[in-house]
Amino acid sequence: MPKIEKTIIVKSKQGLHARPAAMFVQLANKYTSDVTIRKSGEEVNGKSIMGILMIGADCGSELTMIADGDDAEKMLAELEAYLGKED
Amino acid sequence: MVKKIKTEFVLKGIPAAPGIAIGSAFLMDQQDFIVPERAITEGEVLVEIARFEEAVSDTRREIQGIKEKITAQVGAIDAQIFDAHLLVLEDCMLIDEVKKRIKSDKCSAESVFSKILKHYVGVFKKIEDAYIKERSADVEDVGRRVLKHLMGETRIHDFEQLSGEIVIVAHDISPSDAVTMYNKRIRGFVTDIGGRTAHTAIIAKSLGVPAVLGLKDATLRISNQDNIIIDGRKGVVIINPTEATLALYISEQAKIALYEGSLANTQDMPSETKDGRRIVLTANFEMDGEMPAVKKYRAEGIGLYRTEFFYMNRLDLPTEEEQYRAYRKIAEGIAPHSVVIRTLDLGGDKFISSIQLPREMVPFLGSRAIRLCLEEPEIFRTQLRAILRASAHGNVAMMYPMIAGPGELRAANSILLGVKQRLREKGIPFNENMPVGVMIEVPSAAMTADLLAKECNFFSIGTNDLIQYTLAVDRANEKMAQFYEPGHPAVLRLIRRTISAAHDANIKVSVCGEMASDPTLAVILLGLGLDSFSMSPSSIPVIKRALSRIRFSDAQELARQALRLSTGAEVEEFMVTELTRLVPELYNYNGEIQ
Repeated sequence: MPKIEKTIIVKSKQGLHARPAAMFVQLANKYTSDVTIRKSGEEVNGKSIMGILMIGADCGSELTMIADGDDAEKMLAELEAYLGKED
Repeated sequence: MVKKIKTEFVLKGIPAAPGIAIGSAFLMDQQDFIVPERAITEGEVLVEIARFEEAVSDTRREIQGIKEKITAQVGAIDAQIFDAHLLVLEDCMLIDEVKKRIKSDKCSAESVFSKILKHYVGVFKKIEDAYIKERSADVEDVGRRVLKHLMGETRIHDFEQLSGEIVIVAHDISPSDAVTMYNKRIRGFVTDIGGRTAHTAIIAKSLGVPAVLGLKDATLRISNQDNIIIDGRKGVVIINPTEATLALYISEQAKIALYEGSLANTQDMPSETKDGRRIVLTANFEMDGEMPAVKKYRAEGIGLYRTEFFYMNRLDLPTEEEQYRAYRKIAEGIAPHSVVIRTLDLGGDKFISSIQLPREMVPFLGSRAIRLCLEEPEIFRTQLRAILRASAHGNVAMMYPMIAGPGELRAANSILLGVKQRLREKGIPFNENMPVGVMIEVPSAAMTADLLAKECNFFSIGTNDLIQYTLAVDRANEKMAQFYEPGHPAVLRLIRRTISAAHDANIKVSVCGEMASDPTLAVILLGLGLDSFSMSPSSIPVIKRALSRIRFSDAQELARQALRLSTGAEVEEFMVTELTRLVPELYNYNGEIQ
């Protein structure tokens, strides 16, 4: 299974902080695939609340998600839909 | 072995909740443990990893256990902080990193874990974001628990395991610590920071135990298990008392017990002045666990139901259904009396995870309470719907906090009208005539009380904030405590103005701040014509007795004269002198009103 990469812009006004970060981790953990988040050269585990909070993605940040695993495609679709949602 | 002889010493702080407590000091260790660096051999790597995994799963069990206990004792909402803790504990990145580093650094599990933890906390603390700051406290809390398991020490904050009576000694007690404090073993509180209206004071009063706050460095000067006496009336803490001091305070305690016993018969006494004016005494209320006290002290309703706790210590917002069920439960529990639900009063010193507030220079003057609700109308509407639906099941009233004038009241009321209309369209039952009140806690609201009175059904004066805003004194700042004068002429004049504007418009006024539970000040409030007094339930007997021993006509005259004085200290002195003359039996216990 090849890795899939997708680059998106965070649309939520709160950025990937607070509730959105916890929601993101909960969504990611529904899938068996791994997901890595890259922001300005820094990479963290997308299934980790600590990791997500560490990269501090504000509204408008550009993130790359790299998914690896059997359900990588489905996972990325859901995560992308979540991050791209405006509030 | 040399036995260390401990000498008696005394610390003076701010008296925040009355009573005398004698107990053993329990330092809520907010500081990190000292974790020794320990190198391991290649062969020990797997052992250390296994130890770490065991500590994590033990911690998970411990947190689950506490969560269940809190859920049963206090309610599911208060237990939600532990979900955040479990999220940290199950964090794959943290766990994997610890395991990897045990292997690569050849260090013990606790030294690797504490280093990694410190790194995260350090990064989180630098991020300017209220939510992340709060999470860093969660991470530290969970970290301390894991370390305790790794290092084989006794558990933290597990009051059940302790024997004897304890006094909590802490730098500060956060609202989330507070929910774990409903325990009979806890006899009192001593903290480094905070004043009379700090959260710790509210908790102490609701538990009916003394608190002395603002001691600056108590946590450095008191050691675990030191014997401590707290005198909550005088704001004195005595550490390692001599036999003689101890005997003195034991006899004082007995006198108080006798006095409290004599208060028990106030429960069935009619709530009225000597010359027959009815006084309504209601309770301030925050959590389910307080209902028995509300009943015990015969509160005639709940004059202030704080709803912030619903929103704290959790990642998401409370749903309408959840709030509706909680409000309905309280409304049904307190019927036939009424419950006054205060809409969300966040901001200032109360923050939550699910709403991100911008960082402000002066949060108490910023997006707080009703202002926040008007900025976030969806959150506000959800709460209004829940309150309205609950109004179909009891005697429910509602009030807005921090209204600065008629403009905000209209904005809030127009949202309320919209919510009512929607409910009507859907055929959802609610009380069409649910009373809607305004909290008078900003000087501008007191100055426009005549205008506000035309557009609402009642007033409730929040004296804590009214004093803070009128006198420009930060009420949480212990250095400002001497300037925090409830009897200040400006405060009394604003209260008089508010009460007369309300009565001119034929609406009722209540006071729900600390002032209502101070017997001397309560006499002034009575004299100014206040209709009802709301306070922590345990204060009701004292106020009931004090007000029943005085004539309304005398209270009116005292208030008239007190309002001519120039300083808070003069007012206090005048009142004590006059009350001693008028009602000598009021002051026969060490200057404390009976």
